[in-house]
Amino acid sequence: MRRFSWFNVTSLTLGFAFLYVPMLILVIYSFNDSKLVTVWAGFSTKWYGELFQNQAFLDAAWVTLRVAVMSSTIATVLGTMAAYTMVRAGRFYGRTLFSGMIYAPLVMPEVITGLSLLLLFIGIGLDRGVVTVVLAHTTFAMCYVSVVVSSRLVSFDKSLEEAALDLGCTPFQAFRLVTLPIIAPAVISGWLLAFTLSLDDLVIASFTAGPSATTLPIKIFSSVRLGVSPEINALSTIMIGIVASGVILFSLISKRNIARAEADARAAERT
Amino acid sequence: MRRFTLIALPYLWLLGLFLVPFLIVLKISLSDLNLSIPPYMPQLDISAGWSGLMEFFSELDFENFVWLTEDDLYWKAYLSSLKIAVVATFLTLLVGYPVAYGMARAPSEWRPTLMMLVILPFWSSFLIRVYSWMGILSNEGFLNQFLLWTGIISEPLQIMNTTTAVYIGIVYTYLPFMILPIYSALEKMDDSLLEAAEDLGCSRLKAFWLITFPLSRAGMIAGCFLVFIPSIGEFVIPSLLGGSDTLMIGKVLWEEFFNNRDWPVASAVAVVLLMILVIPIILFQRNEQKQREAEG
Repeated sequence: MRRFSWFNVTSLTLGFAFLYVPMLILVIYSFNDSKLVTVWAGFSTKWYGELFQNQAFLDAAWVTLRVAVMSSTIATVLGTMAAYTMVRAGRFYGRTLFSGMIYAPLVMPEVITGLSLLLLFIGIGLDRGVVTVVLAHTTFAMCYVSVVVSSRLVSFDKSLEEAALDLGCTPFQAFRLVTLPIIAPAVISGWLLAFTLSLDDLVIASFTAGPSATTLPIKIFSSVRLGVSPEINALSTIMIGIVASGVILFSLISKRNIARAEADARAAERT
Repeated sequence: MRRFTLIALPYLWLLGLFLVPFLIVLKISLSDLNLSIPPYMPQLDISAGWSGLMEFFSELDFENFVWLTEDDLYWKAYLSSLKIAVVATFLTLLVGYPVAYGMARAPSEWRPTLMMLVILPFWSSFLIRVYSWMGILSNEGFLNQFLLWTGIISEPLQIMNTTTAVYIGIVYTYLPFMILPIYSALEKMDDSLLEAAEDLGCSRLKAFWLITFPLSRAGMIAGCFLVFIPSIGEFVIPSLLGGSDTLMIGKVLWEEFFNNRDWPVASAVAVVLLMILVIPIILFQRNEQKQREAEG
């Protein structure tokens, strides 16, 4: 049985304080009454009120949400297909190029991805707006999805699929009835990852959005450039709250599923 | 037929929205600035047929790349991005290693919780995490208030809008990328190695230096690349926390494109940046491959 040593407790405390104190300050000061962001003047929720009065922020939030839902859904479908191809399809013409194109966007600086997509959209005469941002986000998010899904596909037993095919399933039925339920957790986390990447992206959206589709990060960036504002603190607090509760909920659900699977396995062993 | 669609759809998507755009950047980096819409020349005129194509190619040149070497700004920006990325990566390693070590040595029932605490910030907005430091580092910010209150300093420190603030921003936002690979290397380590070393008369510090540290090397290398590669092209951190004297190439590219509207030079900057990044990316791939072979 291991115990905490003094050194480890200190390094963990300092490390996690470093990670969490800045966000904690942000959350606390979003409830500050004063316009001066670093002077405490009593508790108030007035910045939340002002935030919900601010039409520009609400519009941007709506655009961001639409873009994130659309791009993460398309990216999950394409990314799962790409992962399946990479793991199962064996050799095909241009495989090396394909795997290169899946991994390259993961390490490509965002400024280059954004610039190149913008030049493409201008080249083919596509007006910048929600559609172009969705196309851009789908492209880099599908690569993340495919990495997450293929790591799950690699670890699962191929003979299950083959058994389904032997028993008369069409390849599509085998995928839907056998493969998909098994890789579902990876597909869901891929979708969540794609969704948060899209919500969060500033650089690529700035290049590809144009004036008609201002997303929330673009709006936040242009208003904090000049300094801290209490309204942005309130907005940040809401966003941190949503993400934190989402991640905690997701991990509790998967923990419960694992516990249930283990209980099932034990019950199966006894019989 | 189904198999063909399965491969073709993601393949064509990536060809059209990843490879083709990049070829366009390459082409524009060889073009000249022109006061028109779009603001570069030559334009490919397909109706002119073969002779049009030849003329198009004959007008492409490396002028923009020559310009990059002549103007101080660009190579200084490349060098300073590299320097900032190297120093920030080293600092992240210094901060991240003890945390990863503490996690790996914690009682096993604590570890899932600690893991989650490291991953959680990664899910929350990058932009907001960078922004959270603006209120801390500014002249009347919390750090200066605290230091003035304790009496360590008598005048506020200028941290905001300096390169120091950029270092803090990079260490803060990329810390999970450093902690996780080191943790997974340390966690796999066999405790009996340390016990054996102590039985044989090693002090704990010496046992750490001779056993734990070398065994975590692959994790450290992976972590360093994961911090170093995205730091070089970073835009958000230098533009929010850095000052006018913080030169980073991502910011230069952005300004060249949006403020100066010089698309050919912005494209040339992008092409050179990518060429610089190819080396660490290949080294990183090699390290990962070696790791996999050692394990499997």
